[in-house]
Amino acid sequence: MEIVDIVPPILKNNVAVVTVDKLFKWARGNSIWPLSSGLACCAIEMMSTAAARFDLSRFGYEVFRAGPRQSDLLIVAGTLTWKMAPPLVRLYEEMPEPKYVIAMGSCAIGGGPFADSYSVVKGIDEVLPVDVYIPGCPPRPEALIDGMLKLKEKIMHPERVNEKTGTGNNEEKTEAVTA
Amino acid sequence: MDNGIVMTVANLIRDILMLVLGNEFIVSLIMKFIGIGALLGAISGAAIAFTYTERKVCAFVQVRLGPNRVGPMGLLQPIADMLKLMTKEDIIPNGVDRVVWALAPILLFVPSALAYAFFPFDDGAIFADVNVGIFLLIAISSQSVLTFLMGGYASNSKYGMIGAMRAVATSLAYEAPMVFSLLGIVMLTGSLRMSDIVTVQGDNVWFIVLQPIAFLIYITTCMAETNRTPFDFVECESEIVAGAFTEYSGMRWALFFLAEYANLLSISVLTTTFFLGGWTGPVLPGFVWFWIKTLLMLFVFLWFRWTFPRVRIDQMMSFCWKVLLPLALVNVLLTGVGIYIYRWM
Repeated sequence: MEIVDIVPPILKNNVAVVTVDKLFKWARGNSIWPLSSGLACCAIEMMSTAAARFDLSRFGYEVFRAGPRQSDLLIVAGTLTWKMAPPLVRLYEEMPEPKYVIAMGSCAIGGGPFADSYSVVKGIDEVLPVDVYIPGCPPRPEALIDGMLKLKEKIMHPERVNEKTGTGNNEEKTEAVTA
Repeated sequence: MDNGIVMTVANLIRDILMLVLGNEFIVSLIMKFIGIGALLGAISGAAIAFTYTERKVCAFVQVRLGPNRVGPMGLLQPIADMLKLMTKEDIIPNGVDRVVWALAPILLFVPSALAYAFFPFDDGAIFADVNVGIFLLIAISSQSVLTFLMGGYASNSKYGMIGAMRAVATSLAYEAPMVFSLLGIVMLTGSLRMSDIVTVQGDNVWFIVLQPIAFLIYITTCMAETNRTPFDFVECESEIVAGAFTEYSGMRWALFFLAEYANLLSISVLTTTFFLGGWTGPVLPGFVWFWIKTLLMLFVFLWFRWTFPRVRIDQMMSFCWKVLLPLALVNVLLTGVGIYIYRWM
């Protein structure tokens, strides 16, 4: 939500919202610290993203925090089972606002190959609000970086999310993010 | 070298203020505030800059690029991080001891900043050149363990409590060899005054030559004092989440984070002062020499941080008590014998 939207209608003409909002969006978008939590094999790709070859730190996103209190982003990397769902939701609830969620891989998006299983959550959006979906089984590190940049775009320009065509068209913008 | 650049500038400002105001007392009061402002500015500026340095050095050690997208060469990265941490939600968990919990991150900054009063930045540029300098410095800097205990205990969290207990236990283990390693320097100098220690090294030879064992012990225990990776028992991410800081979020946690970097600068300055001759050096002005040596030591500490794997707490305790402390005591003995022989010759 925009800060402008919080202003009550009666005060709309009296309150000026200036660019400090833009500054905070810039700060939030450029400093997304993920929670180091991995559920399955996608977590290996997540680690690989932070390592030397793909180097997530170029964007300033490499600060994987061990505790939810200091992190901004929950990357759900892997298969979420109903057994694991309550601890994961608890982790999400422990994170301070503003917080974001990335569903990484087919399992997190819709259960993946385990969609028929009684024990697997069929998409983490059944339990958590998801900001960005990254398809793949598992997604390549470039895809995760692209997903985090999409999240950055969403943070910095929240109005673009509602556009029909917008920038969400993945097929046209698949050029790899290289150093 | 009678007076360094810093004192020359300070005297210039003092003279100008005397011309404008004319009252000795008001001028010296203003000068004190200017000094405090400069010091606090330097500490917080350095702390923010070091977060960037740390990430770049880490990237260099791990053959990565490090932050390079936010601003030119990623230089705006720490600013983005700080702004973000300031605007994060401030969570106060249920069941915390509110007063103690809120005080801990603020009080942590006090010993870290207070220690800077005893650092000889340049010839004459030292805030409190007291005759018990080293003693006061160690007494003040070891207070920081209290704030870890406060934060961890008040968090009402098992991880916080374990982190706090570890902070206290390790502080006992590393303080003893650290103090004994500095005793050799005090014996050689014959004074506890910080400016004397630097002057003696400038006149003769740097203490790293005369006290190599003490130097190694000192930098090892310094790593433990700043709670950085080979000995990061207060935080130790891989065992107890974030240790004493587990329940802190946003700006409160950022204060812990900044104090860690203030301590990092402070141990670099101390190693420079005790072992590398402080501001003394040929040709270049003292202030420049001081910063060259300090930044070199800073790089060495960052290098250690990203090169060595962390040790377990029991390994560190037995290493400090069974290896470092006897070594430090032997060093004191050898220094005494050396001084006796030197006088006798």
